[in-house]
Amino acid sequence: MSRITPEEVRHVARLAQLELGDEELEAIRLDLDAVLDYVDLLKELDVDDVEPTTHAVPLDLTLRADEVVTTLTRQEVLQNAPSARDGMFRVPRVVEGGN
Amino acid sequence: MSWETVIGLEVHAQLATRTKIFSRESAAYGAEPNTHVNEVCAGMPGVLPVMNRDAVHMAMKAGAALGCQINRLSQFDRKQYFYPDLPKGYQISQFAAPICTGGEVRFLVDGEERVCQLTRIHMEEDAGKSSHEGDSSLVDLNRAGTPLIEIVSEPDLGTAEEAAAYLRELRAILRYIDVCDGNLEQGSFRCDANVSVRRKGEPLGTRAEIKNLNSFRFVQRAIQYEVGRQIDLLEGGGRVVQETRLYNADTGKTFSMRSKEDAHDYRYFPDPDLPPMVIDEAWELRARAELPELPGARRVRYQSEWDVSAADAVTLSASREVADFFEAAAAGSKNPKRVSNWVVNEVLRVVENPEDGLALLFTAAQLAALSDMVEAKEITGKIAKTVFEHMVATGDDPGAILDREGLRPVRDEGAVRAAVEKIVADNPEQAEQFRAGKTKVMGFFIGQVMRATKGKADPDLVRQLLAELLA
Repeated sequence: MSRITPEEVRHVARLAQLELGDEELEAIRLDLDAVLDYVDLLKELDVDDVEPTTHAVPLDLTLRADEVVTTLTRQEVLQNAPSARDGMFRVPRVVEGGN
Repeated sequence: MSWETVIGLEVHAQLATRTKIFSRESAAYGAEPNTHVNEVCAGMPGVLPVMNRDAVHMAMKAGAALGCQINRLSQFDRKQYFYPDLPKGYQISQFAAPICTGGEVRFLVDGEERVCQLTRIHMEEDAGKSSHEGDSSLVDLNRAGTPLIEIVSEPDLGTAEEAAAYLRELRAILRYIDVCDGNLEQGSFRCDANVSVRRKGEPLGTRAEIKNLNSFRFVQRAIQYEVGRQIDLLEGGGRVVQETRLYNADTGKTFSMRSKEDAHDYRYFPDPDLPPMVIDEAWELRARAELPELPGARRVRYQSEWDVSAADAVTLSASREVADFFEAAAAGSKNPKRVSNWVVNEVLRVVENPEDGLALLFTAAQLAALSDMVEAKEITGKIAKTVFEHMVATGDDPGAILDREGLRPVRDEGAVRAAVEKIVADNPEQAEQFRAGKTKVMGFFIGQVMRATKGKADPDLVRQLLAELLA
């Protein structure tokens, strides 16, 4: 049974800024369906006695001291930028809203 | 039926660390564009975030100062959206399991205490800054990765004044505990307001979120405008749309950002690069032990122990710099309430920005000495103010200033009597009026004598001699 609609795939693709052709869209829709099928399979497991986790490896967050170490010059930072001006990355104008 | 306003606030406060939240790059403000950027801030492939211990410590201190529960376990999530000042395409934030939950802010409005509950405090990284020029936008990533705490309130605030008072108190607390410099202009303390209206007794209305409020005055005006706009809409048969609005300080109005409908679909999920953050009890206790006495506690103490007025207690406790100076002066004086008047009316008049440090030439002890001279009626309030101006300019002791400027009061009865006799003789008409029962002219005589003696005559002595000569 298909559970993900083409519209949902389009919505998610737009959020991820992906452009999909009709064929790609259908392929991805089938993949996502398969992922959900797999999740259904996992749901059959009894996990009542298992603590929820967000990571597969039982690690605590690593912490570091608040000490400045400089690694890049501005020139290096901007080196790969397709366009730069006045020491800043230059991109097509993006302003949301307005008066 | 009348309308009720419901306001909840979200405050982003930059933590005063040296480095960024997830990398060792400097987080200093005001550098040349893109000079505080490393591989992590620029979101280069293959880099990993490593948490700044001091950022966690400061977030915990903020939570402790605000009465929050510090969570033993919290988690970082990715909040995804595309914008050029967010190089990774996601912001690392906390969604499902924030570092702090609950808490409250207590503050005064017109002398009355109000309480606003907090929902949570979570940690996150700041984005970079974009500026716009012609058909280009220019991106500076210096700010990207600066540690932030977002303090989210419950919708407990009912007026624009309450919202502003809440923010002032919150800012004061964060500055007291040295976790945020509270600089609104530089953006280290930023506020978004969620505003809705409803008829009394009805469920919550649809809210609008107002962003870009970078002064307490703007917060107040923007909320006032927004409340009026929503009520007009509803009374005109329309409805409020849930949206993000911006405040234009020039027009005093809010306007819709017209963002796309899916703009808020952030698809949070746990960041696989960051394992859960564990805060044990020992660490929490260390953070709690660092908390100084907070402005609210000081305010109460000033009122109860020293009889300071509620309004003055708020002024005196608003910054640690002023509070510490006041307390040092008050503790060394005979009348702390009198000292509170000196600090509120005179010291704060000559100090331009008390939060940058008072930078006074005179000490708290010297101010206490001056106040005590008035208390002991050694000098008049008027002369004390003249002495104060000299203290501001030179930092000299009040006693030394009195001698040098010849301001010591004239206690010699003979000299004062001569002056009083002359004034009475020069003003026979007024003297007659006084004797006829018009006792109000006493004030006239006192004024004349004080003027003749350049304010140096002891007022009690003057009054006594006048009464005698006019009898």
